Amino acid sequence: MVLGVSVFVRREVAMGLKTPLYDTHVQQGAKIVDFGGWDMPLHYGSQIEEHHAVRRDAGMFDVSHMCIVDLTGGRVREFLCLLLANDVGRLKTFGKALYSCMLLPNGGVIDDLIVYYMSETWYRMVVNAGTRDKDLAWIRKHAIDFDVTVVERKDLAIIAVQGPNARRKAAALLPPPQQVAVLELKPFFGAPFGSWFVARTGYTGEDGFEIMIPAAEAADAWGRLLQQGVKPAGLGARDTLRLEAGMNLYGNDMDENFHPLESGLAWTVAFEPTERDFIGREALERAQRESGRELVGLLLEDRGVLRSHQKVLSAGATTAGLSGEVTSGTFSPTLNRSIALARVPKTSQPAVQVDIRGKLHAARIVKPPFVRHGKALIDIS
Amino acid sequence: MSNNIPSDLKYTKSHEWVRQVQNGAIEIGITDHAQSALGDLVFVEVPDIGRALKAGEACAVVESVKAASDVYSPLAGKVIANNGALAGKPELLNEDPYGAGWLFRLETGASANAGSLMSASAYETFLAEESK
Repeated sequence: MVLGVSVFVRREVAMGLKTPLYDTHVQQGAKIVDFGGWDMPLHYGSQIEEHHAVRRDAGMFDVSHMCIVDLTGGRVREFLCLLLANDVGRLKTFGKALYSCMLLPNGGVIDDLIVYYMSETWYRMVVNAGTRDKDLAWIRKHAIDFDVTVVERKDLAIIAVQGPNARRKAAALLPPPQQVAVLELKPFFGAPFGSWFVARTGYTGEDGFEIMIPAAEAADAWGRLLQQGVKPAGLGARDTLRLEAGMNLYGNDMDENFHPLESGLAWTVAFEPTERDFIGREALERAQRESGRELVGLLLEDRGVLRSHQKVLSAGATTAGLSGEVTSGTFSPTLNRSIALARVPKTSQPAVQVDIRGKLHAARIVKPPFVRHGKALIDIS
Repeated sequence: MSNNIPSDLKYTKSHEWVRQVQNGAIEIGITDHAQSALGDLVFVEVPDIGRALKAGEACAVVESVKAASDVYSPLAGKVIANNGALAGKPELLNEDPYGAGWLFRLETGASANAGSLMSASAYETFLAEESK
């Protein structure tokens, strides 16, 4: 998308929703932008410095715009077995988290989410901000048959602390006995610590915590994390970090028009056990038998920046031989190259071309992630 | 937000600046306000030398981490120089938008309508209006 400079300097007149940390962001010099109806920090000066802080040390993101939903009831597990494409039956230990898609009967992705196994009768889900209303309507519609209670936890804020030193710096905010326990949390597990619920999860490809915290305590915790040397980071760095980590963004890399198998999410669909009949199963079983499209990583060989909606062509083809499309593209601060996720026919050869403003540029199909734990995982030579 | 507006330059509503370098030649870049609004720049494409531009024609691209933006030629003319250093160091545009971050130079000739450009004080007023 090519936009005039003026688009960026026009200030929104209508005021959006605000997280409990909004005033803190403004005080710390954040550039605020509209994100799905929320006034959120894009960056606090330099998006690239924030990106590097997360890869090399520790950064923190306010992700309180995301929607926490508590699901309770005697049949909640049975309900989630129907609702989610991944299998909550895989959750054997309290606190364990599972990443899953929630599908339409035709296999289209309503949303991607994380679900935590809190107790036999309580699961906690975190869904995207932009899909909140349709998600809640869909969940409530199906919850009725299982007598499951659906409660949106607007009283909680979420701070994601990410980076190689993030866990140590965040743990310092807790009393000493809890510090030991929180540092023993295994990847993709969460547990309560006082008024916090801390999970060793994230969206950056680095180690770290996502901390759910009462809204009234959020600004104080943010300030104490700052004192520990954790750098505030905005949605801009969050996007370049997740793309380097090969993680999908809902609305870009998948939506209701595509099923998980053509969105790089086959690993999140549990076809076993075969007797579990989840919403979308039949459509996905049909899709499995088709060759179809797949989501791949792209590395731009030329100078320039890959962006969503740019066309991907096989090498040597002209614009008549259209084949795929970039779903998310950016400049990778870690690799100093442009990278992307793209949806292409499954038969595509590694050498492709991308149409950037009418000119064809050479690119290469690679397997994401591009970067994990501070290290490049693809050959950029 | 960063907002340096040198008084010896002329400005456009699309946030380019124009410097008179010699008779009939001008130097063009984007303003401090524009670079600050765009954020960290990672790729800059400048027009080729010899290219004839119309006033208001999209002729350069500046890309930040987030998005690509067009730069428009403030006046009609022929490109006589471009800033090759930006290819390797696009961050020059963030660091020194009115100096090392210049984009290109135009030979405008006598017919160019420089009267369409804003003074520094007019641009400052324009920015204040735009941010209301």
